[in-house]
Amino acid sequence: MSADLVANVVIAGVLTGLVYGLMALGLSVIFGVVRVVNFAHGEMMTIAMYATTILFAALKLDPFLAAVPVAAAFFVFGYGLQKALINPFITRPEHSQFMLLVAVAIIMVNGLLMAFGPDARNVQVDYQLESFEIGKLLIDKARLYAAGAAVLTATALFAFFRFTLTGKAIRACADNYLGAKVVGLDVKHLYALTFGLGAICVAVAGCAMVVLVDVTPGLGPYYTLLAFVIVIVGGLGSMGGALLGGVLIGVSEALAGLFIVPSAKSMFSFGLLILVLLLRPQGLLGRKA
Amino acid sequence: MSRALVLLAVLAVLLAALPAVAGPYALSVATLILYFAYTGQAWNVMMGFAGQLSLGHSLYVGVGAYVAGGIFFHWGIGPWAGVWLAILACVVFGLVIGFLAFRFGISGVYFALLTIAFAEFTRIGFDHLGWTGGPGGMFLKVAQRDTWDVLNFRGPPLMYYYAMLFLAIAAFIGCFLLLKSKAGYYWQAIRENEEAAQALGINTFRWKMLAVVISSAMTAVAGVFFAFYYNNLFPEQIFHISRSIEIILGPIIGGVGTLFGPILGAAVLTLLSDGITELLAAFGWEIPGIKQVFYGVVLLAVVMFLPHGIWPALARKLRL
Repeated sequence: MSADLVANVVIAGVLTGLVYGLMALGLSVIFGVVRVVNFAHGEMMTIAMYATTILFAALKLDPFLAAVPVAAAFFVFGYGLQKALINPFITRPEHSQFMLLVAVAIIMVNGLLMAFGPDARNVQVDYQLESFEIGKLLIDKARLYAAGAAVLTATALFAFFRFTLTGKAIRACADNYLGAKVVGLDVKHLYALTFGLGAICVAVAGCAMVVLVDVTPGLGPYYTLLAFVIVIVGGLGSMGGALLGGVLIGVSEALAGLFIVPSAKSMFSFGLLILVLLLRPQGLLGRKA
Repeated sequence: MSRALVLLAVLAVLLAALPAVAGPYALSVATLILYFAYTGQAWNVMMGFAGQLSLGHSLYVGVGAYVAGGIFFHWGIGPWAGVWLAILACVVFGLVIGFLAFRFGISGVYFALLTIAFAEFTRIGFDHLGWTGGPGGMFLKVAQRDTWDVLNFRGPPLMYYYAMLFLAIAAFIGCFLLLKSKAGYYWQAIRENEEAAQALGINTFRWKMLAVVISSAMTAVAGVFFAFYYNNLFPEQIFHISRSIEIILGPIIGGVGTLFGPILGAAVLTLLSDGITELLAAFGWEIPGIKQVFYGVVLLAVVMFLPHGIWPALARKLRL
């Protein structure tokens, strides 16, 4: 096995991992602030992927341009979901929240199945088959663009949380729920805003992912599990951790596919997850609760 | 309490007499309800009593099924011996997960996700295990439907119905006794406030481990039943997270931590699922997915409007 091949696989893993990371970032932000685990996360991602295929089929809209309207729609959807369904559940026990989101996930998966049937859908753009050559390295154009979109969105989110007043207010809610209420922040509104932002991450990740893989309704639960693995490895609630976890899982999946059997690749991820949970339960970049 | 006892006795008699009036289809639905009542009761020991949220109970169903099914398939050793091996294997799994989690202070959401990870890890492991047929599945020889071969647990659906009825009743009585025992009170103390329980001198690690052991052992038996009732085992199906969710839905809908909750939840959900199928067929709406959408909407409504499940609300109405 040549070093070039390994290098190519690692680069592809890093790039895909960044898209995974953006998806997981949405989950992490939501958990970090609202303290609710979004069990419908992957299902939301598949909805974004379907939305992209529709926009592409109807308007020939490039998936990366489609990300803008899809993200806007997802923000509204996420805001509404938090405001209408999840806010009443934030003081309820975990299993109750779990049930709520499992019900939402069941409706999403099967709603997609009703609307689009079980067959796989995709988008076909010409840069999917092209690649950049740098020396002996081959980098898929589509993968690079997808990773670029992920990094751009993640950076924008980081900047929002760091530099805007609203971002600061949301961080205050995450740090001290009671304190945030005492100083007069509208916590319910900020929670809904956070869920909307998390939904934007999922939307952009979905638009980027559909360039790389075909979408079926059944992908939802798989992505939900993947997002869990990533955020726990990186640190549930840590933003940098989600991206790092995404890259780690992306690379480990790619390498496991190369060196072991491809079907065992997620066993590797779950093994990594179990190790991290035992040795560093707060995740690689997480803070101790 | 006496009203509850009367209700229970009536229910048991009705269930015992059910096969006299029920057709084969109704009997299979009833068997399924009892199966979920039983697994729900087992899950409830861990979550409802001791407050440890497991989202990976399909692990114990799968391991139990594969151990007992595997030795029957390869060596012809029947389930009366296999069930003990299945229990042993599941208890070992439970002990490992519990030890690792509780030693390292993992609880709440993190514990739940750890249980998912172990179930998924094992699923993929079984996909690569030659002894059990890997992803291609393992098929037990289909039972003779007309003779009661109790020794090998092969026989007509009626036999499986009564076996499941026995298990469900045994689980109910067992859980009732557990809840009234010292362990039951310790568990509830841990569930309500673990730090306070610890401060009172309860060895929370040991009692949480006991809950995991009992719950995993009970679920192992359900796995053995699963193997001999359905006769074919695929890792993709038996270990899948949706299987764990199926187990959990009953007790949550019925009422977490209650004894009647898992039974009521199993009945409501199974009948609901079948009812929706019938209804949609009657209307001619047979679009794939539509049934589950209805199911999801009902789940959503129940969890929103009956936060403690159906049983506590019903018990108040019946003044039990």
